[in-house]
Amino acid sequence: METILSAEKLNLYYSDNHALKDITLPVPKGQVTALIGPSGCGKSTFLKTLNRMNDLVDGVRVAGLVTLDGEDIYAPDYDVVGLRKRVGMVFQKPNPFPMSIFDNVAYGPRIHGQRDKKALREIVESSLKGAALWDEVKDRLNKSALSLSGGQQQRLCIARVLAVGPEVLLMDEPTSALDPISTQRIEDLIEELKGRYTIVIVTHNMQQAGRISDRTAFFYRGDLIEWGETDTLFQTPADKRTEDYITGRFG
Amino acid sequence: MKARKVTDGLVKVFVWLCAGITAALLIWILVYIMSRGLPHVTWEYLTSKFGGDDHGIYPMIVSTLCLVGLTLLFAAPVGVFAAVYLVEYAKPGKLVNVIRFATECLSGIPSILFGLFGFIFFVQICNFKFSLLSGALTLALMVLPTIIRTTEEVLKTVPVSYKEGSLALGANKLYTLFRITLPSALPGVLTALILSIGRIVGETAAVFLTAGMVYRVPKSIFSSGRTLAVHLYAIANEGFSFDECFATAAVLVVLVLLINFAADLAGKLLIRRLGGGQPN
Amino acid sequence: MEEKLERKATRRRRTPAEFIMENLFLLCALASIAAVAVITVYLFVSGTPAIFKIGAKEFLLGTVWKPTEGQFGILPMIICSVVSTVLAVGAGGVIGVMTAVFMAELAPPWLTRLLRPCVRLLAGIPSVVYGYFGLTLIVPLIAKLSGFAGNSLLAVIVLLAMMILPTIISISEDALRAVPRAYKEGSLALGASHSQTIFKVLLPAARSGILSALVLGVGRAIGETMAVILVAGNTPQIPTSLFDSVRTLTINIAFEMSYAEGLHREALFATGVVLFLFIMALNILLNVLTRRREKKNA
Repeated sequence: METILSAEKLNLYYSDNHALKDITLPVPKGQVTALIGPSGCGKSTFLKTLNRMNDLVDGVRVAGLVTLDGEDIYAPDYDVVGLRKRVGMVFQKPNPFPMSIFDNVAYGPRIHGQRDKKALREIVESSLKGAALWDEVKDRLNKSALSLSGGQQQRLCIARVLAVGPEVLLMDEPTSALDPISTQRIEDLIEELKGRYTIVIVTHNMQQAGRISDRTAFFYRGDLIEWGETDTLFQTPADKRTEDYITGRFG
Repeated sequence: MKARKVTDGLVKVFVWLCAGITAALLIWILVYIMSRGLPHVTWEYLTSKFGGDDHGIYPMIVSTLCLVGLTLLFAAPVGVFAAVYLVEYAKPGKLVNVIRFATECLSGIPSILFGLFGFIFFVQICNFKFSLLSGALTLALMVLPTIIRTTEEVLKTVPVSYKEGSLALGANKLYTLFRITLPSALPGVLTALILSIGRIVGETAAVFLTAGMVYRVPKSIFSSGRTLAVHLYAIANEGFSFDECFATAAVLVVLVLLINFAADLAGKLLIRRLGGGQPN
Repeated sequence: MEEKLERKATRRRRTPAEFIMENLFLLCALASIAAVAVITVYLFVSGTPAIFKIGAKEFLLGTVWKPTEGQFGILPMIICSVVSTVLAVGAGGVIGVMTAVFMAELAPPWLTRLLRPCVRLLAGIPSVVYGYFGLTLIVPLIAKLSGFAGNSLLAVIVLLAMMILPTIISISEDALRAVPRAYKEGSLALGASHSQTIFKVLLPAARSGILSALVLGVGRAIGETMAVILVAGNTPQIPTSLFDSVRTLTINIAFEMSYAEGLHREALFATGVVLFLFIMALNILLNVLTRRREKKNA
C-alpha cells in the first residue's frame, strides 16, 4: 500500500491552545480515509493542515512534519499554490462563487494559466461529468451558480476542484448542509471518485464513514486515538473512547 | 397609579409629537420646494444657456456632471483600495488606529474648511486657478471617508467561504481579491460611490471657493464651472427671480431623490448577491 | 528536534504583483492621514501669520470687524457660532432623540421602515436648498411674527436644528437598538411602564451613543455655511436678542473670500484656523467617546 500524504508528530497551536497533539497518520493513495470524532476534536483542523489552509488563520503555529510524496509541505520554499492545486478542498457549506456555472469550474484552470477557450470547455465538461452534474446543468452553463440547489452547488464545488486536476481531495463534512437525497448523490460520487483520487473526508455521520471509507481515524480532544481499516475500527475498536464514540455514548 | 398613567400618556404624546415634527418637516420642505419649483422646470430651462436673455441651467448641469466624474476618478480608486487595505491586509495595531482616526477627522471637517484649504492649496499654491480640477481634488478629499467606510463595511460582509474556496483552488490573495471579493462587493461599492455623488451634487461651500462661479459650459478641466448647488446660491443671493431659484432647488431635490433611490437599489442588489450564496 | 521544526504557518510567499499591489493599497490607506496632515499644515501656515500681525488678543477678543479700517475682531462671530450651535443642538437634540425613541421603541415596524428613508432623504437635501427654504419661508415667518427683520439668530437656530436632525436620529436609533433586550425585559418585569423603561433604562444605557450623536450634531451645526449664510443677515455684531442679524465664523469665510485681499484675506484664513480648532476638539472628543463605548461593549 502506497502512502501519498503523511503527518508525523504533527502539533498545532492556536496562540495558547494546543489543538493537535503529536498526530502521526499516513494517508494511503487512492483510498478514502474518514476522520471522525466529537466537535472540537481537531479533525477539521487536521484536514486543513494538509493543504495549508491554516495559513489564513492568524497566530497559528505548526510543529512537526507533513509530507506529500515525501516532500515537506511546510518547508520555507515549498510552493503553496502548487500544493493547493494537487490537494483540493471541498468545504462544509457549498461555496460557489457568485458567477456563472461555467466560470466557477473554469476559475481554477484560469488561475493556473489555461486561457484556451476550447481547452477550458473540455475541462469544464469533463469536470462536471466527473462530479455527476453535467446532465443537469449542460443547458444552462451561463446561469448563475447560485441558482442551483444546495446539493447541486456542492457537486459544482467538487467539479471546481476536479478541474484543477488534483491528486488528493480534502472534504470537510461535505454533506452536513445537505438533504438526504443530495447526501446520497455525493456519497455515490465519492464512491466513483475513489481510486482515481485519494480522498480524506471529515464527517460527523458514523454511518457515512462506515459506508464510504476504507480507513478511519478517530480524533478526540486534539489526540489521534486510533486509526485503521474502517471495518476493524468499527467492529473491534482498540480504545474504550473509540467504542464509546461510535456506539453513540458521547459527542 | 392614575397619575402614573397620565404621565405615561403625556410622555408618549410628546414622543409622537417629536416624530411627527420630523416627518412634517420633510414633507413640508419637499412639497414647498417641488410645488413652487417643478412648474418652472421646462425642457427649455434644462437645455438653454444662462446669461443675457437666457435663464437656463444647461451649463450648470454639464459642470455638475464633469465635477462628479472627475471627483470620483480621483476618490474612487483611492477610497476603495484604502478600504481593501484596512479589511484584507492590515493587522490591527497603531497604524490602523491612526488611519481610522484620520478618516474620522476628515469626515468631521466642515465643507467650508475643505473649500478654504482647496482655495489655499489647489487654487493658489498648485496654481490650478478656479477650475474643475481644483474643485474635484478638494471634493475628492471630502468624499474619501464616505467611500472608505462604506466599502469597508461591504468588504466585511463578503462571506469568508468565497475567499476560502478561491484560495483552496490555488489562487493567490490578489487574484482572489480582484476576481471574487471585489466583484461580490460591487453593488456595495456602488452604494458608496452613489452616496458620494449625493454629497458632490449638494455641495456648495467647498465648490465655489475652488471651482469658481463662471456660468459657461466648461471647456476643459482647467476651466471654472458653476454647479447646480452653487448656481442656486448665486441667484438666491442676487435676490431676484424666485421662480428660477425654486426651479433649480427642485432639480436638486429630484436629483437627491434619484440618488437615494439608486443607493437603495444597489443595497438590495448586494443583499441578493451575498445572501443568495448560502442555500439555507 | 521539535523546536527546529517549529515554524509560523502564516508565512507566505508573494509574487512581485502582490507585493506592488499590497503597497499600493497601503499607500491609498495612508491618503487619509496625508490629507489631514496637509490640510492642517496649510491652514495653519496660511492662517496663523494674520493672528500674529493683528495680535491674538485683538483678533480673538476684538468685538469690531471692519476690514476696511484694519479692525479684525472675530469675537462676535465666535459668540454667534457657539450660541447658535448650542441652541440648535438643544432643540434638534430633543426632537431628534425623541424621534429615535419613537422609531426604535414605539412605532410599528412598518412606520419605522417608512421613516428611515425619510430621515436619509432629510440628510441628503443639499444645505443650499435648506438655506433657500429658510430664506423664503422661515425668514418671512419670523419677520411676520416678531415685527423685526427676519434674517436673524433665531432663523439660524431653527434651520440648524432642522439640518442636524437626521444625524442625531440615525445615530441615536442605532444606539438605542444596541441596548441589550435583557435590560428592557428586566425593567418591564419589575413592573415599570414602557415609558419609564425608556427614560430610566434605555436612554441611560444608550447614553454614550446619544452623546456621540449630539457631538456630531455640534460638528455639523458649527461647520454649516451655505444654509445659514442665506438667513443670518450677516452683520458682524454680538447678538443681544434672538432677532438680531448675526454672522457666524463660517459665514465670515464664505462671505468675504471672493473680494478679500492682503491682510483681510489672511484674517479670513485665520478665521478658518479658529473654526478648525473647534472641529478638531470635537473630533478628539468623539474619538474618546467611541473608544469608551467600544471598551464597554467588549
